[in-house]
Amino acid sequence: MSAWIIIGLFFLVGVIVPVGAIVTAWILSPKKPNPVKDTTYECGVETVGDSWVQFKAQYYIFALVFLIFDVETVFLFPWAVKLGSLGLFAVVEGIIFILILIAGLVYTWRKGMLEWA
Amino acid sequence: MGFWNDPLKAAADWLMDIFTGWGMPELATQILVAFLGVLLLIVILMVLDIVLVWVERKVVSRFQSRIGPNRVGPFGLIQPFADIIKLLIKEDITPSGADKVVYNLAPILSMMSVLILWAVVPLAPQILGADTDLNIGALYIVAAGAISTLSIIMAGWSSNNKYSLIGAFREVAVMLSFEIPMLAVLLIPTIFAKSMGIVKIVDAQDTWFVFLAPLAALIFFIAAIAELGRAPFDMGEAESELVAGYNIEYSGMKFGMFYAGELLHAFTFGGFWAILFFGGYRFFGLEQVNPILAVAILLFKAFIGYWLIMWVRYTVLRIRIDHMLSFNWKFLTPMAFVLLMVTALLNALLAETPPWVYVSSMFLSNIALAWGALELARSYSRREREKVEGPKPAVETTHH
Repeated sequence: MSAWIIIGLFFLVGVIVPVGAIVTAWILSPKKPNPVKDTTYECGVETVGDSWVQFKAQYYIFALVFLIFDVETVFLFPWAVKLGSLGLFAVVEGIIFILILIAGLVYTWRKGMLEWA
Repeated sequence: MGFWNDPLKAAADWLMDIFTGWGMPELATQILVAFLGVLLLIVILMVLDIVLVWVERKVVSRFQSRIGPNRVGPFGLIQPFADIIKLLIKEDITPSGADKVVYNLAPILSMMSVLILWAVVPLAPQILGADTDLNIGALYIVAAGAISTLSIIMAGWSSNNKYSLIGAFREVAVMLSFEIPMLAVLLIPTIFAKSMGIVKIVDAQDTWFVFLAPLAALIFFIAAIAELGRAPFDMGEAESELVAGYNIEYSGMKFGMFYAGELLHAFTFGGFWAILFFGGYRFFGLEQVNPILAVAILLFKAFIGYWLIMWVRYTVLRIRIDHMLSFNWKFLTPMAFVLLMVTALLNALLAETPPWVYVSSMFLSNIALAWGALELARSYSRREREKVEGPKPAVETTHH
């Protein structure tokens, strides 16, 4: 039997258990909503404006930098697995790849993208 | 004797016999038995989670010079059950402005992302290992962790609350950033074990990897704390400014799912730390005696990791978000990549040397790298400080 079937079962049970807990709570708990209770919780102060607005762009830039690094690092996993049998040449190749990655980081750094503006 | 050598295998065979005796097809029986096994493991995890609530509350009290729960049952042991009853019968308030579907999905995903991590945890040489040694186990840890990032942004966004949105953004920025050093450091056990399978990584640890790569173990620990969103990296729920962060609008069992998920996540990462760097269930051959003993060893190591995570959480103060991201991108990430290169190079150069040369040069290279990185950071920050404050006055020595 494939290991993926067991992973799938984990996903299935992993959803069933929290859903079960939340449904049990939903059955047991009182339900007495009123308009004041259902307002947004901001320490008693009434909400001003919409919450779903355009937000600080800095987060987006960090997400972009992350994306590049994440994808590139995933490429390194097959290299790391086969490192022992590939010899010194593959090691040097991998190091050049990582150096290119670091060059990207240095570029981002010099551009001031890592500063919290 | 056969039963006690591998009780789960015996139980599974017994169930298989019964089900096939009823005339069920082979594959359906296998899936059903596997389903029961997974269900058993997850129920045990939930019970463990309840114990963790007590452990966490008791430990935080001790760190803060309090006694902690001590009224309900001996040493307050029944306290978590009282908590659960309270969470179950508490009114569940959904804010009227929320995106209902996403809002209800987020706590489920949060819990699920933790539970699925246990699919790759090798509990003992015999239990679950052989069947689910996923050949991309190390990658699976990061992938499953990404789902918890998703659940946090879902919770923060769908609540339609400014506090929760700010909390979610910060938390996600931190979690994404610290995933890079974590990925880089996960490559190091992969290089040593020549496989991404977690069971193979454990099997390869005749010498615990922490002796081969102490710096990698440290980086993994720091990145794990950030991934968990725990202090000092808990900007996402900075309660002094954001009330409760991304889960502010949640109440009742939905909040309970976030809370329980976070505790189990911390314990799970304690476990992964033990598995990747401290030999997992291995302890001087004791694991071969009995699978139950092996599980106990793993849980013990996981509890030590969890204890360290708690220790850091209740000792170190919260760090500002820009400092946190600078620390990651300008210090931890370059250090992790340099460590990766050094490890790969030494691994190739020292492949033919005797083990003690290999281990000691790996260890020393890690220490040297950590020392060099700290010296660089120190001289850089001194320069920055002198730009602002002027040169430091010479220390006055008193002569008599």
